[in-house]
Amino acid sequence: MSGPVVSSPHGPRPYRVDRVMLEVLLALVPGVIVMTWFFGWGTLINIALATLVAVAAEASIMLLRRRPVTPAIGDYSAVVTAVLFAISVPPTLPWWMTLLGMLFAIVLVKQLYGGLGYNPFNPAMAAYVFVLVSYPVAMTTWLAPDVLAEHPLSFAESLRLIFTGALPTGLEWDALSAATPLDEMRGKLDQGLRIEEIRQSPLWGDFGGRGWEWVANGFLLGGLYLLWRRIITWHIPAAMLLALMIAAGIFWLLDPETHPFPAFHLFSGAAILGAFFIATDPVSACTTKNGQLIFGASIGLLVFAIRTWGGYPDAVAFAVLLMNIAAPTIDHYTQPRVFGHAKDRADR
Amino acid sequence: MAALLPLIGRRRLWTFHGGLHLPDEKALSNGRAVEGAPLPRRLIIPLLQHIGAPARPIAQVGERVLKGQLLALADGNVSACVHASSSGTLVAIEDHPVPHPSGLSAPCAVIETDGEDTWAELPEPMGGYPQLDPAEIRERIRWAGVVGLGGASFPSSVKLNPSTDHRIRTLIINGAECEPYITCDDLLMRERAGSILAGARIMRHLLGGARILIGIEDNKPEACEALRFALAETDMRGYTEIRSIPTLYPSGGEKQLIRILTGKEVPSHAIPAQIGIVCQNVGTAAAVADAVLEGRPLISRIVTVTGRAIGEPRNLEVRIGTPVSELIARAGGYRERPRKLVCGGPMMGFDLASADVPVTKSANCILALTEAEAPDPGPALACIRCGRCAEVCPAKLLPQQLYWHARAKDLDRAQDYHLFDCIECGCCAQVCPSHIPLVQYYRYAKNEVWAREQEKRSAQQARARHEARQSRLERQERERKARLRQKKASLDAAPGAGQSEQDAKKAAIAAARQRAAAKKASA
Repeated sequence: MSGPVVSSPHGPRPYRVDRVMLEVLLALVPGVIVMTWFFGWGTLINIALATLVAVAAEASIMLLRRRPVTPAIGDYSAVVTAVLFAISVPPTLPWWMTLLGMLFAIVLVKQLYGGLGYNPFNPAMAAYVFVLVSYPVAMTTWLAPDVLAEHPLSFAESLRLIFTGALPTGLEWDALSAATPLDEMRGKLDQGLRIEEIRQSPLWGDFGGRGWEWVANGFLLGGLYLLWRRIITWHIPAAMLLALMIAAGIFWLLDPETHPFPAFHLFSGAAILGAFFIATDPVSACTTKNGQLIFGASIGLLVFAIRTWGGYPDAVAFAVLLMNIAAPTIDHYTQPRVFGHAKDRADR
Repeated sequence: MAALLPLIGRRRLWTFHGGLHLPDEKALSNGRAVEGAPLPRRLIIPLLQHIGAPARPIAQVGERVLKGQLLALADGNVSACVHASSSGTLVAIEDHPVPHPSGLSAPCAVIETDGEDTWAELPEPMGGYPQLDPAEIRERIRWAGVVGLGGASFPSSVKLNPSTDHRIRTLIINGAECEPYITCDDLLMRERAGSILAGARIMRHLLGGARILIGIEDNKPEACEALRFALAETDMRGYTEIRSIPTLYPSGGEKQLIRILTGKEVPSHAIPAQIGIVCQNVGTAAAVADAVLEGRPLISRIVTVTGRAIGEPRNLEVRIGTPVSELIARAGGYRERPRKLVCGGPMMGFDLASADVPVTKSANCILALTEAEAPDPGPALACIRCGRCAEVCPAKLLPQQLYWHARAKDLDRAQDYHLFDCIECGCCAQVCPSHIPLVQYYRYAKNEVWAREQEKRSAQQARARHEARQSRLERQERERKARLRQKKASLDAAPGAGQSEQDAKKAAIAAARQRAAAKKASA
């Protein structure tokens, strides 16, 4: 009897945006731990830095827009964007690139379109692409996974590297870095080597790159958690991974000499992370179930196409952004048949 | 074997899209038998308790009225009669707050009860109704003021008189009672299963011999058992089936229940009769039985008074017009200060601004919710298009898109997304992580569309009026000109006649002058 008169329903609401975002963050934990294990402290430093910048940017824009700050910060969406960006970039990325990336994500991609819920593009991926095309070298210089590294970086060394660019004394980049599996594969294939020869290198594990495949497993675990908690549905991840696998499988069957095994595509690069955490961003993805299948499958195909014939070794960010553009149109043509309406939907 | 099938009641059931498994909270109030509510000092009986036109009062203010006496007559086809629910004096017919989402007042008959509860003379029971003309039975149901007691309050006599274009093959008796907390139908089925079946039998007769399907959610096994026992006693087994359906909100929605029991979808913008189905609530069936078999009008109903803010939640047999506050007092008063007082269930009910409003025919539940049961959802956040709403929508709509267009006041687009197929069940809002009051947006959009259509209609009427006037003026002008032309023509043709006419006029004027002069002289 107290409180404003509101429309039904009256009961407690079981879900809340901030809890959804926290679940996503929780689901990222295994992958982040594995990444830290294999690639050192840099990932955690990047996450902290990106989160700080993202939250500060979000708060400042809300103040500028004269909107309440607390709900915008409290929904943790900026934190999710920050973490997704930070785990997509190399663990040694100079601090100011993370800063630029996060400002781009929050200010331009998210808030200039109206904030959470209104951004047509996935902010983390837009920022990733922005930094990648601006600073391709820094964005493609990855550390060698721990098991292969001659000198794993300590926390202090990682911090110094990120903030001052100074390498530990007596070490060169060559000693620290290694090509990512996708880079390695592409580079060697371009040189005319066959898959068997390429896979001789110590970089390779069971399906993908050493270390890398475990990172993918970590994100897979998180993705399954999201499915179990019903934060996401199976449609986008399944469609994307299946399409990627089928496309890779067809080419592998046609020519196994020059096309890697389908599992390589799944467990290298950002395919698993992308399928469960990035393509499923509800704001910028399709919202109808059939639309999500088309959306996911198209991302899978685009990832394969860009990886195989495109200019960049990994493609998840590009594929997701391209399909973000198509999402509203796909949604329009995939509306479900409403209860009590005839089956043919020729008018749509 | 065929005779056993209805007793087993396990036939194919269909499903509808979405829906929610809600904590049903029915154990709060279904543990006790239905008890009578005390006779209040004052009964406030709204004249509009149904869909359609308000009833037209026939009793005089100041008159002594008896229990069951007709106070107001159904006005027009879609309307319902209103009766006095106890004896006393009709002290006023005036505006009084009524249970309505708007919180506004409406005309009510106010009776000061005399405590004697004396019945008026009731019409003869129609025990031999199968031999009677169905129109006569319908007239009785109309007289008794029976309306759909499931919530919509549509006059039953109209619903039981389907047009001859559609043969009704199935009569569905809705005992699903899918809203949490509410147990009035549950208790009615347990205690008056025989009446429900008798009412169903009468309705079947009126509909020309349909099969009867009774659907009950499986969280009410006692009700189901009671009906099965009662059915075994009757001769209705050959055409009646009792089906236990899975508990899933909103399975009690008319279109949803029809889908579950028959697999058929009622087409959008159509009524079930168009696919040969009529659906009636169990309470309506019992009220029909009372009216036909006992000649008793609808003057009371079972109301669930529940919620954790209520001292002793229970079901009460309540006279229509009893103030809600008296029911709460009868149910042990408040255990704690309620945060919300709701008429109806937690999913579709509406806020009551105060407990002074009377119980109407459609008030199935009075819900006093505590802070924990109905917490403030807080300010709505932006829609993140997560699509949970679309997953649970029983109409298979895209609530996120509807919301988008309703919010932008883009009513055409909202209608493209089938706004009017929304049944306002509240599933979408219940699961929305942004706590957006989605149903409110849809109600708003629907009202805007109706208002716009109304405006369009009156504009069209105005235009039609204007055009009619314009053409009338033009016609008159044409006629006038034609007359003039004719006159001129006739003048031209016969100048002599015109001359004599002028002479006559002059003579008349002269005569008038003379009369005036004579008058002056005599004065």
